[in-house]
Parts: sequence; C-alpha cells; structure tokens
Amino acid sequence: MPTVIVDGKEIEIGAHERLNCIEVARRAGVEIPHYCWHPGLSVVASCRMCLIETGTRDAATGKITMMPKLVPGCQTPAKDGTVIVTDTALVKDSRARVEEALLIDHPIDCSICDKAGECLLQDYHFEHGQAERRTDLNPFHSRRRDVGPTVTLFVDRCIMCTRCVRFTREVSGTSELMVVNRGSKEEISVFPGYPLDNKLSGNVVDLCPVGALGDKDFLYQQRVWFLKRESNVCGGCSAGCSIVTEHNQDTVYRLKPRENPHVNKWWICDDGRYGWHHLHDPARLLSAGRLVSSNDDREAVEWSDVTTRLRQELSGAGRLAVAVSPMLTIEEAWMLCAVARSIDQQAALFVGHVPVSGEDESFPGGFTIRAEKCPNRRGVEAVVALFQSEERSWSDLVAAVGAGEFDSAWITAGYPHAWIDDTTAAPFGRLRALVVQDLFESPLSKLATWRLPAAGFAERAGTWVNAAHRAQVFAAAVRAPAGVWPEGRLYWNMLGRRGLYDPAAVRRQIAESSATLAALGGEIPAVGVDLRIDQIASS
Amino acid sequence: MKPTDPAITWLEEKPLGLTERLYLPLFLQGLSTTARHMVSRKVTVNYPEVRPTVGNPLIYRGVHRLNRDDAGRVKCVACFLCATACPAHCIDIVATESPWPDREKYPESFSIDELRCIFCGMCEEACPVDAIELTSLLDLTGKSREEMIFDKEKLLSVYDMTKDAEPMKSKTLAAGGMATFGSAPGSPAAAVGGHH
Repeated sequence: MPTVIVDGKEIEIGAHERLNCIEVARRAGVEIPHYCWHPGLSVVASCRMCLIETGTRDAATGKITMMPKLVPGCQTPAKDGTVIVTDTALVKDSRARVEEALLIDHPIDCSICDKAGECLLQDYHFEHGQAERRTDLNPFHSRRRDVGPTVTLFVDRCIMCTRCVRFTREVSGTSELMVVNRGSKEEISVFPGYPLDNKLSGNVVDLCPVGALGDKDFLYQQRVWFLKRESNVCGGCSAGCSIVTEHNQDTVYRLKPRENPHVNKWWICDDGRYGWHHLHDPARLLSAGRLVSSNDDREAVEWSDVTTRLRQELSGAGRLAVAVSPMLTIEEAWMLCAVARSIDQQAALFVGHVPVSGEDESFPGGFTIRAEKCPNRRGVEAVVALFQSEERSWSDLVAAVGAGEFDSAWITAGYPHAWIDDTTAAPFGRLRALVVQDLFESPLSKLATWRLPAAGFAERAGTWVNAAHRAQVFAAAVRAPAGVWPEGRLYWNMLGRRGLYDPAAVRRQIAESSATLAALGGEIPAVGVDLRIDQIASS
Repeated sequence: MKPTDPAITWLEEKPLGLTERLYLPLFLQGLSTTARHMVSRKVTVNYPEVRPTVGNPLIYRGVHRLNRDDAGRVKCVACFLCATACPAHCIDIVATESPWPDREKYPESFSIDELRCIFCGMCEEACPVDAIELTSLLDLTGKSREEMIFDKEKLLSVYDMTKDAEPMKSKTLAAGGMATFGSAPGSPAAAVGGHH
C-alpha cells in the first residue's frame, strides 16, 4: 500500500486512488486551506492558499528530500513516499500573505454579507490571517451586478477563485460566466444578453467560498447562524438528491445539496433548490374536513375523531380502492396498505398518480434531472407488491372507478403542483365514500367526502427509493403546520399503535417481510443503500 | 483546578482575639455606619414628584433608540448582530434590500419587545454602525403589551426626542468623551412611554 507522510504521520492510501495532497491530508486530520480547488471541478491552482512543503522519501534508504519551494497542494498528486508538511513557518507565513493580499481588495462588509458565518475568507482569516489590516483601500460598499434570474454578483467581494466559471463550463455545460479584464482588475461577468440562466445555476452560490455570488431567493432573508440544518432528500423528482434543509422556527429558508457520490455528487438543480415554497403556501389544506351531506360545506373534524370515524365510514361503504402516492415514504405507504387491508380484506391497492414532465435532462457533469416528478415510485411499488401480486397503476384505478368496480376510494396525493383535471376526477364523484389526502385543493378533493391535508417533503420522515434503487432515510426537518397530521402519524394511529410515529420500527418490520427491501433492516448510512446490491448478495 | 494543585495557597483562619470575642468594637462600627447615613446627603428621591438624576447618561441603560444618519435615514444596516447578541431574544428584524444606492441592506421592520428586554446593553455593544443605543430614559410605561413592543418608527422617534440632550455616543466619545457631555439628564424622560 502506498504510504504518504503528513506532518510526520504515516497515512496509507489505496493502490489505485488518485488523490491530491489536500485529500490525503484531510484523511490524516490536517485541513489544508483552499479556495479555488473543489473536488467536483478541474484544478487551476490559482488561489495559492493551499501552498505546502512537499518532498519524497526514498523507498530504499528512507532518506527524505524536500522541494526547495512551496507547491500547491491541490495540484500535487500524493503517491508512495510523498512527504507533506503543512505546519512550518514558511507555510504559515505564505497563508498569512495570501489572506492579506485577498483582503486588500475585499470590502469588509461582513455585517451585511449573506455569506458571513459560512465564509471561507472569514474562517481562513481567523485561522491563518493577521490581526491587523495594513491597508484600507476600498470602501465599505461592494458593487453589485445582476448575472441572472437566480443569482446576483457582488463584484468587489470576489476573490477570483473561478469556481463558478469552471462550474458553468464543466458541469452545467452552459459557459455563461467568464472572467473579464486582467490582473488586479479581473472580474466575473456574463456576456451581454446571455445571463446565467440554466437549471443548475444555484450551485454557483454554494460553490462561492466568499459572499460574491448571492442567491436572490435567500438574499437577506436570514443570517446563516440562525438556521438549523437537517439532512433530507429532495422530493422534486425521482433522482432523490441528498439535500440539507435549512430552517428556523419551522420555516424553511433554503435547501442546499448534501454531498452524495452515489446520487447527486455536490449539486442539486434549481427546480429542487427553490421547490420548497409550496410548504409555506397559504393555500395549503390545514385541517381535516368531512363533507356535510346537507350542503357542500365541510365540517372540521378533530384528528382523534378522524382515526375512528374514517375507519367506520370506509368499512361500511363497500369495495375499497386505495391509491398509494409515490410522494409517500415507504413506511407511510406500508402503513396505508395495512390500514386499508384492515378495513377491507379485499381492498385493491394502486400505485398513485406518477407525475411526469418532459424528458430526463442530463448535464455534462454527470447530473440528471428526472422527468418523473415524484421521489418514491420504486419504493411504493415494492411496498404494494408485498400486499398484492398484481401491479396496478393510477390509470387502472381511474378506469376501474369509471367502470363502477368500487364503492369507496382513498386517494393519497401530496403533489406540490396541480395534478388532476375535472374530467379525470368526475367519475370519483359517484363513489359512496371518497377520501382525498392532498396538499392543495384540487378538482378531486372538491368531490371528496373526507378531505385530509398532506405533509410536505420536509415534514415527512421515512425512506424514499430513487430511480436508481437507492434507499435514503431521513427525518422530518420541520413540523407540519398546525392542524396537519403528517400521513405517518395518521396511519400509525389508525393502526392502533401506541406512542409517537416511529419510522425506524416500521422500517424494521418491512425489512423482515420483504426480500426486495431487506436492506432497510440494517443501519443505513447517510448516502443511502442500493437495494439491488443486497438482493444480489442474498440470491 | 484540583485542591492538590501547587498553585493554590492554603490559608488558616486566624483565631478570634479578645476584642473580637467581646463583639463591642464591631457593634460600635456598625452603629457608626448607621449614624453616618443619618446625617449624610440623601440619595433617594420622592419619585415621581422628584426625578432622579442620572449620573452618566453615556453608560446608563434605559429605553432604546435607533439613530439616524446625516441624511435622516435609519442608520441600522440590518446585520442582526444585536438580535444575535440579545440574551432575551427581544429584537425582531426583517431585512430587505435598501432603496438607496449607497446602502445595500436595511431593516424593513425593527422591533424591540421592551417587556422582554433585560436592559443589558449587549445590543448596543454588538452594533457595528452605532445604530442602536440605550438612552437615559428610565421610566417606561404602557397600557398594553402591544404598546410595549417598540417598532422602527417609535425607536426613531425616541432618537428625535433625545438627540439634543444625548447626542450619538459615537460622536460624543469622538469629541472627547464624557467630559464634554452636557448635564441635562432626565428632562425628556417623561415624554416617552405610554403617551405615544
């Protein structure tokens, strides 16, 4: 095994791993500061912050020869016998000088900069910079330039790491951003008439190590140190990107990508990034309502009564059909099926409406936005298969209801966008009992005898299986609005289980009864598990 | 630090002498303090008929105010540092882009719950632009809880009311500190509080 020596500590790396000095040092617990290097982008070695001393150890004699000059850690591959030294006076002095040079041109407007608190310039200056500023050339104010519909550029805050430029060239493949002017007058800009307008544009804000690129959606909404972070999964499409939901007082403020090499690497698309606003839409359904037969009004029903009354009404209504929405988590879907079968032994289970929009969209950097706009079709299919051998889809359900095969139906939805039209919904009006569980009022929910509110993606807890069979487990980031019981809680109570809804307990139960989902029984890492690998192993 | 730490010097309490055991000298010492206060100048006043004098308004921590800049605009840049520093969580700010070309961010709304405030002065200390200050107004009354939540306009009006008697502290300190400070404390105090 190749051995690398980091500050006197020997680290073994894989024989075929291609790592640079920053990555190897990180394994040894040594953080080499860097601005321009990012694991997902090409190396330019332009910021000079990662300068370190390196050398080689002769394998035969064990003699170490050091390089006379500092080299950038990002550009220097680590191989067997590489010696990395990061704590000498030379290295420290170099870092302090880089910091000083960056600050000559930087407006110190941290107090109004949205990046303050998660800014690498702040962090590195605190750790490696000098206590005093020897020049004060620039005013407090930074020039601002509009570069696109989602992103704004604070020109003078930029440290010219060019991460954003490389991102648009290498990952999104759209090349909108560029460097204009030369030397100390260098600036990031766009060509007139070609703004930064692509589906991955928000990522440049995450990439920016300083406050130069600002997210218009988040600009001045909240200081970052007030935000609490919860690991989540994006519900925008079947790619199931790993995200972090940043929230405060049950209000979501922004979504950030969470590094997951198996799914989304470091990126998320703008549809997902800004796709949380429906959570706080005032039009959301916020209470359980039962149609009053005398007129078209709905009486609000206490949730504790919903659990009993719903069961009573459905068991008296005859043949039951249930649409299990692909927005539900595996645990919720499993409990829904269990509830349905406890009401009607013969209840027919259908996979709910799968919204599809356009085609899968791939980017040069290997990122794909899926056309299937729901996060858990595969998971729901696997759960329904546990209860019923025949696989039936939403269109089958619509046809069956039209043919009068059922007397009652329970439709779960929870889609952030309008998903059903009046014509499709019409046959459902003939049913004796119709339960609709959705985020917003729809043509279908207008016909419902029971209209129940659904939870949004950040309010759910459980497991989703993405298009590539990867199951990811997540907890709820925020509480559902007052008056809303998330599906998991309702089904848990309808099953007569005691205590709080515990997704892990349901998950274990599912794993025991299913070969497809057996992998869910164990400890699931933050990056999720591939359900197929476990099946191959067990077969 | 452990009790065995060599840096600790352990001292034995001295045994009581004859005078201490008699208690009489200490008794007289206590009585003399009482007697001295009987004849010395009184520090209590018949509030509210008589208003107390604030010794040094620069360090007194009374009602808050939001300062204005030279153009009469709110000085605050909505950096949230006061709200961050506030141990009582009584400051609520909504920030937005400013309508002025020379400023990037300003508070759309800024309110302080004076009932929740503990008047510790941390907000004033945290402020990087000397926008929030504590005045020497000491009597703060209101008829309802809502009235005691001071919004941006009210905090600015406190500044308008007190700016002559108490100039901005940054300016006072720059001009030579407390020595130049006028001795007119307490005068505008009665105007603040529940009368708005």
